[in-house]
Amino acid sequence: MSVNYLFFGIIAFYLIGAASAVILNKKDAICAYVSFLSAAMASLLGIIFSISIIFGDTFSYALSGGYLKFGFFIDRLSAFFILVISICVFAVSIYSTGYVREYFGKKNIGYLGFLYNIFIISMILVASADNAVMFLIVWELMSVVSYFLVVYEHEKPGTRKAGFIYIVMTHIGTGFILVSFLIFVGTSGSYNFETFAAAGKSMTPLLKDLAFIFALIGFGTKAGIVPLHIWLPYAHPEAPSNVSALMSGVMIKIAIFMIIRVSFDFLGASQAWWGYVVLALGTISAILGILYAVVESDIKRMLAFSSIENIGIILIGIGASMIFFAAGKPLLSAIAAIAALYHLLNHSIFKGLLFMGAGSILFSTHTKNIEDLGGLIKKMPKSAILILMGVLSICALPPFSGFISEWLTFQSLLLGFNLNNTFPMIILSISAAVLALTGALAAFCFLKFFGIGFLALPRSKHAEHAKEANTPMLIGMGIFASLSLLLGILPFYVLPLLEKIAASFTGNLDSFTFSNFGTFAIASGTTSLSTPAILGLVFIFMFGLSAIIFLIGRKRQPVYETWGCGQPVSTSRNEYTATAFSKPVQMWFKNLYRPARETETTYSTSPYLKESIKFESRIEQVIELHLYNPIVDFVMTTTRKAKIIQTGSIHAYLGYIFGTLVILFIFVIAGGNT
Amino acid sequence: MIPASGLVILQIIIILALSPLISGIIKKAKAFFQIRKGPSIFQPYYDMAKLLQKDSVVSQNVSWIFHAAPIISFAAVLTAGLLIPIYITQLPFGFAGDLIAVVYLFALARFFTALASLDAGSSFGGMGGSREMFVAAMVEPALMLAIFAVALNVGSTNLSYISQTIAGMGIDAISPYQILAFVALFIIAIAETGRIPVDNPSTHLELTMIHEAMILEYSGKQLVIVELGAMAKQLLVFSLLANIFFPWGIASANSGIATIAFALVFYILKIVIIGITMVAVETSTAKWRLFRLPELLSVSLMLSFLSLVAFIIVKGG
Repeated sequence: MSVNYLFFGIIAFYLIGAASAVILNKKDAICAYVSFLSAAMASLLGIIFSISIIFGDTFSYALSGGYLKFGFFIDRLSAFFILVISICVFAVSIYSTGYVREYFGKKNIGYLGFLYNIFIISMILVASADNAVMFLIVWELMSVVSYFLVVYEHEKPGTRKAGFIYIVMTHIGTGFILVSFLIFVGTSGSYNFETFAAAGKSMTPLLKDLAFIFALIGFGTKAGIVPLHIWLPYAHPEAPSNVSALMSGVMIKIAIFMIIRVSFDFLGASQAWWGYVVLALGTISAILGILYAVVESDIKRMLAFSSIENIGIILIGIGASMIFFAAGKPLLSAIAAIAALYHLLNHSIFKGLLFMGAGSILFSTHTKNIEDLGGLIKKMPKSAILILMGVLSICALPPFSGFISEWLTFQSLLLGFNLNNTFPMIILSISAAVLALTGALAAFCFLKFFGIGFLALPRSKHAEHAKEANTPMLIGMGIFASLSLLLGILPFYVLPLLEKIAASFTGNLDSFTFSNFGTFAIASGTTSLSTPAILGLVFIFMFGLSAIIFLIGRKRQPVYETWGCGQPVSTSRNEYTATAFSKPVQMWFKNLYRPARETETTYSTSPYLKESIKFESRIEQVIELHLYNPIVDFVMTTTRKAKIIQTGSIHAYLGYIFGTLVILFIFVIAGGNT
Repeated sequence: MIPASGLVILQIIIILALSPLISGIIKKAKAFFQIRKGPSIFQPYYDMAKLLQKDSVVSQNVSWIFHAAPIISFAAVLTAGLLIPIYITQLPFGFAGDLIAVVYLFALARFFTALASLDAGSSFGGMGGSREMFVAAMVEPALMLAIFAVALNVGSTNLSYISQTIAGMGIDAISPYQILAFVALFIIAIAETGRIPVDNPSTHLELTMIHEAMILEYSGKQLVIVELGAMAKQLLVFSLLANIFFPWGIASANSGIATIAFALVFYILKIVIIGITMVAVETSTAKWRLFRLPELLSVSLMLSFLSLVAFIIVKGG
């Protein structure tokens, strides 16, 4: 198959991008164009390649003989992830050519372009590795390169700390992955992933459970599952926005790919309780992620927390799919898996869009603090519309993409009633209730983001002088914004593709039936949905209504001040703030947030005349405080105690070596005698 | 037999024409309970006619969102209206969406109204928008569980199918889990339509208003759309209650004109009864503090959950 060798073309283009970035690093503009457009070119090839794999055969290629065998194995599941990576990279690369202008003359563009291309190669190789050793090498490459991208702006305070937390957490994760793989190797005797699937069937239940749990912890750390998520809200906001878009949009999804791979392909998803664990973790991640997002004022941190939420929603689908699969219901399992994959695709796109949007705001206002924004809809009208489309999509409002995948997730949870078993029915319903709360809070959160950030009056000089984003940035965001809408109104093109992918691990192909007006229905059910019809109706009503309004009644629209009870209050100081907006949620969940506040008032002459009031309010990160801090404290105290033997004198160290040798000799001799 | 297009147009006309009347009846009934005379039941129509003759004063701070929001919200509510059985099942647009789609269409309407509330830069608007989304967030889990309870009983979330099945069950449809789900949804309906104890539709006191605070900047023609949209949503929420739990007498798309006419009369009767029940609740309680509302809505959540559990127990899991 000639099309399969496109794969090497893709890698070659990314390598060209990386190499040219290094060579051209003295000329900022040319370097940016060559390296990012080369990546965009490669991603186009990637889209063609992955679609041809999904509709064709799997592709495998052994690279060389020798002691360590390197090879590629790309089936439909890997091809799907390569597709997601490629779509994201295409838009983000175009965006980047405009975004990096911010760094011209200040930072080395060659360095960024090089890491960017290598980062993408590493993600593609992770999705296509065919053995554990190669996998761990490229996985490590992905982690290290993304670390360097996170600390790209290392001179900013906080960035190095974020990078440090990220690199520590990601290595803890890699450790767990290694153990999980070693369990497989112990049974199969080979590092090849192909043999893992056979080993997964012959392992004892205990080993299976251990392999699953270690893999879940390892990959869960990368995916950002609560409570392993703590690096995510540090690392994603500190990275340059185009890199954040890729990290949130794609990198954390690669971990989801491996969770599916290990639990379905390697272990056969044989235990129902694995599904419940994944479902529970997904539900907790979804609700906690969005709860922290709602009260966050830093837009990039808010988006990072929202990524945790969306990973949670994806895992709810995967968990449900595993429960159904273990119960021997491949149809239900496929539907739940499709819901998860659909949401995964959607999230890559709308979160990529929103991170790029945040980047545009940062680019033109130099602030990420939502309290300093406002009125941007007038300063950056085009960006505002594109970001609004992302917001509508992430809030799962019809007919945008998020709606379809959340609808599918709800439907798959509802399908639990076909199991005729009390426990799953109750668990799935609770998960659905929490998911509904998550969805409503997401709407709250992003309404705050758009309403406070873009509407009304600018709250600071930064926002007042904001300018529209440049053309490549608008094109990048425009691609994602249109995809958010298209994925919402054209599910009948996307679902057949996802059916094929879900079939590759659940074994059930026809999960949906399709009919006129873009309607799709769950096979053997009575429930159907047609977003084109909904969009059509909304449009017809909107036009009809606008026409009627235009024709009848009084047409005068005098412009006047905003109502302020008769007082002239039209200044930004009287606007509602983001903190105030999210206050009800903070009050509602005060047991979680444990808000602390300080008010400092200075008086002028009498206690009735206040001169200034300083108000400060903080919330607690419960998991960081009560789970991680004790661990960190423990590690620090033990290492501090171990410091006693570190005298710093060379004689002492020579003494230690001598002592160790003596002890080892005694050990060997004593061992030899017995 | 009426052609499908006729049924669709009829449904839109009924929603638009009937919703102000229901609001008028509710106001009149409230006046009756409070031993007042109250305005005529046609007052909402007079108000709208009057508003159409007025200028639409627009704040100098607003963007296109402020102008587009009422139209988008109204269109979303009307679209939802075509997915909800009013007087017939087997709706021509029944295929386009189910109960969950209806919930999300209402969410779309709410989202734009709340967005517009922030557009003028007034604190009132922000307060209203924030509270509205807060109440919505509390409602949502209870609502989803109630939907699950209903869907579980029938085996589908398609509204036409639910009404048809329950109507077909006759008196057997009255069961412990249906009653629990009804009470849960009734509490949700109070919150969704912005009535006491959640919100007070007749207040203009900044400490208490939610919906009124959001739409404070609207006037003239724009206010007509906002108000009519809110009234249409109220009618649709009542219709959901009526036709999910008491769909008896509902016609089918294939019925003759006489059956449909009968179904229509029956429908109006059901809506008026639900409206008056709502008024009875409203006049017998005081408005609750905003931060006590989680208590009210967790009652609804618990009832929905009990409904689910009751179903599992009754049907033997």
